[in-house]
Amino acid sequence: MSKELIRLTDLTMSFDGEQILDKINLYINDQEFLTLLGPSGCGKTTTLRIIGGFLTPDSGDVFFEGKRINDVPAHKRKINTVFQRYALFPHLDVYDNVAFGLRISKLPEDEIDRRVTEMLEIVSLRGFEDRSVTSLSGGQQQRVAIARALVNRPKVLLLDEPLGALDLRLRKDMQNELKRIQQTMGITFIYVTHDQEEALTMSDTIVVMDKGHIQQIGTPEDIYNEPKNAFVADFIGESNILDGIMLQDCLVEFFGRRFPCVDKGFAANEPVDVVIRPEDIDIVPADAGHLCGTVTSITFKGVHYDIIVDFKGFKWLIQSTDYQPVGAYIGIRLNPEDIHVMKKSEYSDMFGDYSSYSAEYDEIAEGGEDEE
Amino acid sequence: MRKVNKIFTILVFIFLYIPMILLAIASFNSGTDIAVFKEFTLRQYGNLFRDSTLLALLRNSLIIAVLSSLIATVMGTAAAVGIHSMGGRMRSVIMGVTNIPMTNPEIVTGVSMALLFAFIGHLLKINAILGFGTLLIAHITFNLPYVILNVMPKLKQMDPDLKEAALDLGCTPVQAFFKVVIHEVMPGILSGALMAFTMSLDDFIISYFVTGSGFITLPVEIYNYTKKPIQPKIYALFTLMFAVILTLMVLMNLLQLRDSKKKATTQRKDFMKR
Repeated sequence: MSKELIRLTDLTMSFDGEQILDKINLYINDQEFLTLLGPSGCGKTTTLRIIGGFLTPDSGDVFFEGKRINDVPAHKRKINTVFQRYALFPHLDVYDNVAFGLRISKLPEDEIDRRVTEMLEIVSLRGFEDRSVTSLSGGQQQRVAIARALVNRPKVLLLDEPLGALDLRLRKDMQNELKRIQQTMGITFIYVTHDQEEALTMSDTIVVMDKGHIQQIGTPEDIYNEPKNAFVADFIGESNILDGIMLQDCLVEFFGRRFPCVDKGFAANEPVDVVIRPEDIDIVPADAGHLCGTVTSITFKGVHYDIIVDFKGFKWLIQSTDYQPVGAYIGIRLNPEDIHVMKKSEYSDMFGDYSSYSAEYDEIAEGGEDEE
Repeated sequence: MRKVNKIFTILVFIFLYIPMILLAIASFNSGTDIAVFKEFTLRQYGNLFRDSTLLALLRNSLIIAVLSSLIATVMGTAAAVGIHSMGGRMRSVIMGVTNIPMTNPEIVTGVSMALLFAFIGHLLKINAILGFGTLLIAHITFNLPYVILNVMPKLKQMDPDLKEAALDLGCTPVQAFFKVVIHEVMPGILSGALMAFTMSLDDFIISYFVTGSGFITLPVEIYNYTKKPIQPKIYALFTLMFAVILTLMVLMNLLQLRDSKKKATTQRKDFMKR
């Protein structure tokens, strides 16, 4: 792709004796849309704040266009930020908020006017110039915050969960809007979120983080289809994760049965984690299935049903558009490309079992997501 | 029960304000006997404004109040910003130290300050050190905690992202303070300044100890008057002072009310967005 813009080497950071970042190594290309994705407390916001210049790492270096910028204060970096709660200046109107950065850099007033007007056009806020920012809706405030940052033509825009406070519909619109702005202006976006769907929709590259470590870096397709470990598989979408043994290249054994697969490069008879995405599983009559089990619950989700099936005491989640009654004895078929094999990791056996699954469980998990 | 509450509240108010009301009535009384209201007159006010010594003292008091509250406001705001940027434990220790002078008996503050000035005067071989300078320094000193105490909560309430947003957009830390932070804490600065002004205007005890014969404020001189039979024009003066301070206090409360109302509406909006 294009040239490298930012490089982080061995970033380490701790607060009050608690390790927040542990040797983070990452490079970010020019004009890339990169997302730092992970649960609360994984270190994604800390990483962003280090790039923005609001925090100094305990050790490790930050390079910008090849130059070390650890000691460059925030106001001298060609980087702008869109804050989680917008942080608009309440004593200024929309126009003056957007013009703020340009006035600080003492541009001539006619150029400021041209650029502010152009920027308000891009975020569809023409006609709102004289409005007080406190009178705007959440989505409008969000767009003012984006305009205020982008009008300075930064090389990099940092976005810290900017859509977190918006409702679902507005969030979807803003996702498309952000992607469009990023592409038309050709600016590098570094985006922080805990919402996997948001990350998959917008990013060129996703960096999955947990406990201060980078778990995986890749394109959205890579991350979804080839998760590196049980944490990534579970965090990005739903997954059934099983213990298996890699007998040889392209042949894996689990549930006492051998399945052909497409993964290679494991030692013979190596214990592995096997990931099967719930939407990849085909339901067939019991006598035609590779594995057979009993339906224990079914939940209507709109596009599909979430079906929990008990296979010898291990419960799987299967997503299907076909209704299956509770208690039905069904079979499933797995094609080689539906099976993804991962090396064992510290996260093995922590995820991927739907034994405690319930529909409410999901909602609780979503409601409780609150960033540090 | 509610009726009892009401009556009780009214009684408390009467109890609190009856001396002031009595004073105000006396200031409009043409007779000299406090117990008998002869007829309404503004003569005492006329006498007051023709009394050049009293007016000069009032001017002294105003000069000290304005100067000391201004200087204390600037210094106190700077101190509050500094204390706010400190770490948690350090911050609470410093705040504790800041609050002590307010609870310290004024007479102790006054005497210890007089001692300090005498000591410095002795050290620098200045004979009559007590005067305008020492009075001003003393007033700034006892005004400072009030300013800090009013500005600190505003700094705490402020969204810390605002300052970072200013830095992010290219402000130096100093620019960030003057272009963004100061607007956020302005209600605190104003109420701090107002409080400092009123505290300074009516201070007697500390002033009594730290001022010399060269520069006397109104409360100190009035104390001397009380030794002789008090003149009715003093009633007029007190009524005026009470009215001015009352107006300032009402103004301050209105300011705070407007501020908290603004906060409440934005909070309600935030809530509705969720």
